[in-house]
Amino acid sequence: MTATSTRDVGGPTGGEGADQASALNDRYGAPIKRKQRRPAPWPVELYRSGLGKKYVMAITGIALMGFVFAHMVGNLKMFLGPASFNEYGEFLRELLVPILPHHVALWLMRIGLIVAFVLHIHASYALTRMNRQARTVRYQSRQDYAAATYASRTMRWSGVIVGLFLVWHLFDLSWTGTGAPFYRGDPYTNTDNSLSRIPVAVLYIVANLALGLHLFHGSWSLFQSMGWNNPRFNRWRRNFAWTFAAIIVIGNVSFPIAVLAGVVDV
Amino acid sequence: MTVTDPDPREATAARTDPGRTLDVTLKVWRQAGPDAEGHFATYEAPGISEDMSFLEMLDVVNERLADEGVEPISFDHDCREGICGTCSLMINGQAHGPERGTATCQLHMRTFSDGDTIVIEPFRATAFPIIKDLMVDRAAFDRIVEAGGYITVAAGSAPDANLIPVPKVVADAAMDAAACIACGACVAACPNSAANLFTAAKAAHLNLLPQGQSQRYQRTETMVDTMEDFFGSCTNHGECEAACPKEISIDFIATMNKDYLRAKLKNRRYLSRNG
Ligand code: HEM
Ligand code: SF4
Ligand code: FES
Repeated sequence: MTATSTRDVGGPTGGEGADQASALNDRYGAPIKRKQRRPAPWPVELYRSGLGKKYVMAITGIALMGFVFAHMVGNLKMFLGPASFNEYGEFLRELLVPILPHHVALWLMRIGLIVAFVLHIHASYALTRMNRQARTVRYQSRQDYAAATYASRTMRWSGVIVGLFLVWHLFDLSWTGTGAPFYRGDPYTNTDNSLSRIPVAVLYIVANLALGLHLFHGSWSLFQSMGWNNPRFNRWRRNFAWTFAAIIVIGNVSFPIAVLAGVVDV
Repeated sequence: MTVTDPDPREATAARTDPGRTLDVTLKVWRQAGPDAEGHFATYEAPGISEDMSFLEMLDVVNERLADEGVEPISFDHDCREGICGTCSLMINGQAHGPERGTATCQLHMRTFSDGDTIVIEPFRATAFPIIKDLMVDRAAFDRIVEAGGYITVAAGSAPDANLIPVPKVVADAAMDAAACIACGACVAACPNSAANLFTAAKAAHLNLLPQGQSQRYQRTETMVDTMEDFFGSCTNHGECEAACPKEISIDFIATMNKDYLRAKLKNRRYLSRNG
């Protein structure tokens, strides 16, 4: 891709003016060198653009929001006791049986989530690189922000914290356990054993606060990225974002606190 | 003639009275040329009238620097009434300074207090290279406008007035977008150096009107693709809207996003041929 694009729409580009312009370009304001690429099918073509990546970011973000919400609500069963909680785990494995064989629906969801995660992280990485290239020499004095929030300026850090936590969380409660006694198929006991360790409980709380920050900006931002902008509902977008973030944080943080307080106990 | 008429001599006296003055210290970015090493230089600016605009204050400082044999500070300016978009400057970390909805040329010294230190930096973005001191080259914006900022019209005899009906609200929205003076403050203020507000405004003032419909999607696509050759991507911080001297709304960015997706869908056969 170059500035004087071949995707000309039939207008008055080219000619003498363009020559002068490109002569100027050689000296000042030359386009950032981006990789030259072969034409590709349109979804790939869309993803190559920054705006397309933002769509992917937003759509995968919505999928992840759905997962985070369902995960939180499902875990509330912890408060109904071990039988109820473990039965919920069993329900997930038996989801859509007999339409699908055992575990298949769960695996489909897992694959969907993995794909969403990979795309979300790849898009955020690529956009971050694009942004770095767009200002190679930073401001030498302190920039005074008028609208950007702490949440919006730390998206990549809150995202990285959530991502790393997620890997740890999978080891902790799904795969192997992380030191505390771990029994496959008994998530209630595993949760209690793991979160009874104070540093682990603190880690869960911190990671969920990071997730809350991420969602506070993300679940507002996605409306703009998706082009969902209408005077009829615009004033609800901010409210939605902070309510959603608050529900997730309060729900998720309640688990380590309940374990430490002895409400959840084997 | 009644006795209540003001004495014309008094009126003149009021006009020449400098009013409240302030002493400020400037920390200004000095850079001899595009590839030269830059640095902050400190200058005292005593006795500045609070009625001066920011640029008039710089004129006064430059006058003195010239007298002292120091190279005056280069900065961009033209109309000095907020309509041309030539003035720029990051003033205390904010594009066009602390006042909302004004360009640097409309910023007045009364916004500052006696004894303030004012830090002045050029707009910074890879696509806005520094020419000298505080002057930057914003030609990348021209590339974006070239990429799609025109409409097809039937040339020939002059059309009748009001031949194409435009609803009032639509005309108003298009006018809001057309208020963009291409100053680049949106890029300067954006943590990502994104030009989405500028591009969205330039696309919207044509895309909203009936006259702009025939190339609406192609225009959006080529303008956005050109934009991305130069600038960063939008994280929806909203910093651009806060810095914009014309208070262009980020609503236009959402519209541009929607049009861009539609463009990619509508033009996909075209794209598969052309890349
Ligand atoms: C459960 C986990 C996650 C959820 C629910 C989530 C959700 C979201 C949402 C809704 C957005 C807004 C998209 C938009 O602006 O259109 C977003 C943006 C973002 N996410 Fe995530 N995300 C998650 C995990 C991550 C991870 C693991 C990372 C990084 C390693 C990450 C990095 C980012 C970044 C950098 C942005 C801002 C991108 C930009 O605007 O340029 N996220 N996220
Ligand atoms: S959108 Fe506003 S800040 Fe950006 S170039 Fe136009 S007038 Fe300047
Ligand atoms: S000098 Fe024209 S807008 Fe400021």
